[in-house]
Order: sequence, then C-alpha cells, then structure tokens
Amino acid sequence: MNRIPGYRRYMPGTQPPHLHPPYVSSIKRAPLQPLVVLPHTLSEITGPVFGPEIADAKACDLTRQHSGEPLGERIIVSGQVLDENSRPVPHTLVEIWQANAAGRYLHGIDQHNAPLDPNFTGSGHAVTDSDGRYRFVTIRPGEYPWGNHHNAWRPAHIHFSLFGPAFATRLVTQMYFQGDPLIPFDPIFNCTDDEKARNRLISQFDWETTIPSQALGYRFDIVLSGRESTPMETHAHGEKS
Amino acid sequence: MSLPATTWQTVGPFFSIGFSWLYRDKLAGPGASGERIEISGRILDGDSKPVPDGIVEIWQANSQGKYAHPDDPQEKMAESGFTGYGRVPTDDGGRFRFMTIKPGRVPGPDGKLQAPHLAVSVFTRGLLRRLITRIYFPDEPGNAEDFALGLVEAGRRGTLIAKKIEGRPGALEWNVVLQGPGETVFFDV
Repeated sequence: MNRIPGYRRYMPGTQPPHLHPPYVSSIKRAPLQPLVVLPHTLSEITGPVFGPEIADAKACDLTRQHSGEPLGERIIVSGQVLDENSRPVPHTLVEIWQANAAGRYLHGIDQHNAPLDPNFTGSGHAVTDSDGRYRFVTIRPGEYPWGNHHNAWRPAHIHFSLFGPAFATRLVTQMYFQGDPLIPFDPIFNCTDDEKARNRLISQFDWETTIPSQALGYRFDIVLSGRESTPMETHAHGEKS
Repeated sequence: MSLPATTWQTVGPFFSIGFSWLYRDKLAGPGASGERIEISGRILDGDSKPVPDGIVEIWQANSQGKYAHPDDPQEKMAESGFTGYGRVPTDDGGRFRFMTIKPGRVPGPDGKLQAPHLAVSVFTRGLLRRLITRIYFPDEPGNAEDFALGLVEAGRRGTLIAKKIEGRPGALEWNVVLQGPGETVFFDV
C-alpha cells in the first residue's frame, strides 16, 4: 500500500496548551507527560461520515424548536468551513450549543440564578452545503458568571463542534462577539499564545447576512486541518503552493 | 493559499446540550459481523477523582478491518449496520461504557498491519483541547509489532491496553487517567 497523505499539524502557538493555570479546571486535568507524536495512519485519516439527512431544518433554527419564540435578540450566525488549503469542507457536521439570552444554560448543573426560557434549548446542528457553508438562526447568548476566580464572567459565546473529513480534523471551539468588554479578561479565550489566532474566534458583524427588520448577521468562518499536499490535489485545482 | 487552522476551546461543563442528540453507546447493528464486546471504564483526574463532566468519542474499523469512509482504499466491504462512531458521556461516577464489536486489523504506514485498536477522543471541562488516545486489546499477538504502540515507551504501553473483566466474556475495562501516576498515553495527532 502506498504512503497515505496525512493532515497537517497545527502551527506552533496557534493552539492552547493543555495546562493553562489561569483556567483553574485545567490544573488537575491536563496531562503532565509529553504527548507521543503519532504519524497519521488509516485510523486518523478516516473518520465518521454523516449524511445530510442527519440534520433537519428545525435543528439549525434554534428559535423554532418550541411552541413560542425565545426571548432575546434574534441573530443569524453563518460562515464557511474551509481547510488550511483554502478548500471548502462540504457535507460536514457542525454542532452548536449556548446559553439563553439571560446567560443561563438548560443544564442541571448550571447554578446561575438567571431565568430559563421555556422556548429555548440552545442546541443546534447542521451539515455544511457543497460549498462548506452553514447557517444557524438563534438568539444572542447572555454573558454569565462562573466560579473560576473572584467576579469571573464569561463573555457571550457559542460553542461549536465540527468533524471534518477525518478523525484528525475534529475541532471543538467557541465563537465570540466583536466588542464584548469581557473578552480581554477571559482565561478561556486567552489560553492561546498567538493573538491573531485568538482573535479569529471573534465573529464579525455582517450586513450581507443581516435580514432587514428580522435579525443581525454574524459571520464566523472556521478552518480545519488540511491535507498535506499531494501531487494529485495540486493538479486537480491548478494551484501553486 | 494557506489558512491557519481555527483554535481549540474547551467543551466546558454544558456540552451535553449540544452533544446528547448524537450519543451512541451501541455501535453495532444486528447485521454487523464480529465479536461483540463491551468496553467500560472511568475518567480520573490528577487527584484520582472521577470526572463526571467528560465525554468519550470512539472511531473504529469493522470486524474485517475496514473503515466506513471513502478514503479507506482497501478492497473490503463496509457493513451497512456499522459506522464505527460512538459517543458516550461519563456519569456522576466518571464512568462510561459502550458496546461494539472488536475491530479487525488495518494497515499501518510501514506496510505491516496494525493491531486491533479503537481511536479515542476525550473531552472534559478543563481540557482546552481534546486528548487523543487508543484502546488496544489484551492477549493480542499483533500488539508486539504495532506501529503506534512501538512509539510509546514500554513502561507506559499498558495504559493503552484494555483488561478483561473476569467472569464476563467480551467485557473489557479501560480507564483514562488524565494526570499523575499511571497517566494514560495521549497522542499528538
């Protein structure tokens, strides 16, 4: 069998370390032994495949999952999923979860005394189209306090989970909002050294996807690990690397 | 043009809101061939305390050593009742469990077959990115020449090998120790 082209490894500094003491929960959970570098085998370059039927229309509109409309500011969150080679990642599963407009999660262990919203679950999923694009309708999540340190508050954020084409391309991240005053103080946002890498987690307000009289648009593009270049790929797209 | 990959962030404590719709602890449909197995264990932190807010995802080949994925070039058949993907959360005691079939051997990069294994992602509150590891099987002759096990120092390989549960055929125990003595081997993939 020929050598199987693997996926690229992350650029140094662009990913968080496992241990980041300002995020207190990492202290007892981060491994202390060095990771063992594993060249990619068939097990890492394959991964779960989900068909488009896995996501129905309701799953990508978080404002229509109950009998009434949720409270809060309706927003459109959309973007394109690409790989590091600038190629769209089509037909891949994108999952999101978030707090409601008051900053409360529909979860048994959320202790925040803000109200739940009977019309908001905060869970969505979608499959990207042939051009790698996804789109969710939701409400802007609220900021909320947490126990990490005195007077700790999380900036407003939406959790994202993506699979990509392989086990090696899995990504879980969080999307933030431009201009949120809590961002500079958040140990989770700030866990990555590279400032540009951090700032790419901030979605951009977007007139193009804003719907008049309906909802503001925010754009959040996501980049997954790309294949190491192979002659066949370069050829097919006529690109110079 | 090359784009930088998006930065990881923790799943946090509330991931079940987004993940529970796709929880899958039974991987094998009635038509899937192979030896039925159950793998259970716990996730433990650096104080040996169970981690109740964790999640384990697995990815594996079917019993013939074929991945249900278009990039698997082997001329073997995928099985309709077996996708190879599982996702299970931990309970209050940090326990997880899934039922599947023992995977067949898949090719390794050195031209040899890899020993039967499952690829594993571990996510918990407190982990800023996933941890990647593998589950191997006890008494498996292929382990001695396995490509990935060969990258691991001998004294730590045992953390990747599940143990038989006495008196329960097909039942295996495999634990994830995030930190400290007996720390599980994690891979940089």
